[in-house]
Amino acid sequence: MNLFEHIGRFILMIGQAFKKPEKWSVLRKNFIIEINTIGISSLSIVALLSLFMGAVMVIQTASNIDSPLIPAYTVGFATRQSMILEFSSTMICLILAGKVGSNIASEVGTMRLTEQIDALEVMGVNSINHLVLPKILASLFIFPFIVLISMGLGLIGGGLIGTQAGIITLEKYIMGLQYYFDPFSITYSLIKTLFFAFFIATIPSYFGYYVNPSGGALEVGKSGTKSVVASSMVILLINLIITYFLLL
Amino acid sequence: MSIIVNNVIKGFSGTEIIKDISFEFEKGKTNLIIGQSGSGKSVLTKCIVGLYEVDSGEVIYGGENFSAMNKSERKKIRTQIGMLFQGSALFDSYSVEQNVMFPLTMFTDMSKEEMLERVNFCLERVELENKNHLFPSEISGGMQKRVAIARAIALNPQYLFCDEPNSGLDPKTSIVIDNLIHDLTKEYDMTTVVITHDMNSVMEIGENILYIHEGENWWTGDNHSIVTTNNQEIGDFVYASEFMKQLRGKLI
Ligand SMILES: Nc1ncnc2c1ncn2[C@@H]1O[C@H](COP(=O)(O)OP(=O)(O)O)[C@@H](O)[C@H]1O
Ligand SMILES: [Mg+2]
Repeated sequence: MNLFEHIGRFILMIGQAFKKPEKWSVLRKNFIIEINTIGISSLSIVALLSLFMGAVMVIQTASNIDSPLIPAYTVGFATRQSMILEFSSTMICLILAGKVGSNIASEVGTMRLTEQIDALEVMGVNSINHLVLPKILASLFIFPFIVLISMGLGLIGGGLIGTQAGIITLEKYIMGLQYYFDPFSITYSLIKTLFFAFFIATIPSYFGYYVNPSGGALEVGKSGTKSVVASSMVILLINLIITYFLLL
Repeated sequence: MSIIVNNVIKGFSGTEIIKDISFEFEKGKTNLIIGQSGSGKSVLTKCIVGLYEVDSGEVIYGGENFSAMNKSERKKIRTQIGMLFQGSALFDSYSVEQNVMFPLTMFTDMSKEEMLERVNFCLERVELENKNHLFPSEISGGMQKRVAIARAIALNPQYLFCDEPNSGLDPKTSIVIDNLIHDLTKEYDMTTVVITHDMNSVMEIGENILYIHEGENWWTGDNHSIVTTNNQEIGDFVYASEFMKQLRGKLI
């Protein structure tokens, strides 16, 4: 299959996913389960990454400022800008595309391989709707929170290392965080996040759902790799497009 | 009600796998589809249950042309179909109870208590009491098959499909599963279709047999006529081992 056939089949899959669910109560239950597997279980890695990245950004910015003409609060300002604009949304989503994406692809792919998807279809359940919609909704719901948490923790991590290592005083750091703060930068990041979340849920579902069952576990593994590569590329592309239109 | 297959043809990317098969699967009987590996048994079955669309021909459930129906019309028939898959196809993340309850949750308006009652009834029927809260990974292959049977009969289906119900099971457990399928067929007067290449099953429950050879309807009959037929391919299938061939020499 070439790229255009994949895109066509992907769009048809999304169409199926947004059909009316068989039972709302079942969707609600699956939504909560997915929030847990996609969101809650990613919190610790996101927290760790954000704290360390915030800390490293503070050290790097400080080490690059030699001129006495540049005020100390620049450290806080630069850290804030990098965390909010790029790291907490794009980088975190790229990392989660790997973690969550491979997880979704192998889950759905294994269901294909073991005929669980056939079992749903024979019963008369729309398997795409049943499997993919809860993942889309859960991702759209939980990713903005994850990104906000990452922003907060990144700035805290920077503050901790900055004050503890004597790089900057707390007052100056906070002054930097507030310097020319435009709340739209957070909105911009969250808009990007919603797009990323959608593709982090759907691209791996696609590769898992259409895995060739006669290829066995090997194919399921490959579908995980393919979905991580594809969703990372889509994230980078969307990042470019949205940044171009929203910030220029 | 019976299932009638009329002149079904199915191929993949130019290769014809099912070549013009017609057959009637009779109500209240265990109908068998047998044949060598790769002969097209699973593909034919997937055409019958609608997992694959036929290239031409039709599948008729109780007088209604399933092949001509759209998705929502098919749903009515689908809720009357129970299917047991080769690898059981239980939902890994659901317990035994949740697996059997799933079709009830999806397609009925039963209360939680009513569903639980039905689940326990089905589990008792397959002799799996008090296993409700185990997960598929925690039970043996034979038990998984029985849970899958319980799930397949949860909605009281008129049609039951079993794709190689004995694959991966020891001979003794295989006979238990075969007998269970046979008894359920009689109890609920279902139209049951069993795919198998296990000669034990053929002899035990082969009331109406379709033998497929390279995608063609090669022979039809039952477990009595199959041992005496002169058909070369059937003979090779039935008397596959040297031992059986020698035995045949003594029988005929
Ligand atoms: N989805 C598919 N695409 C292409 N070829 C298939 C597909 N499914 C089955 N086949 C081919 O059809 C033939 C019959 O397969 P199958 O019905 O699974 O055999 P069996 O009788 O062992 O169940 C095999 O040669 C198989 O490779
Ligand atoms: Mg098969």
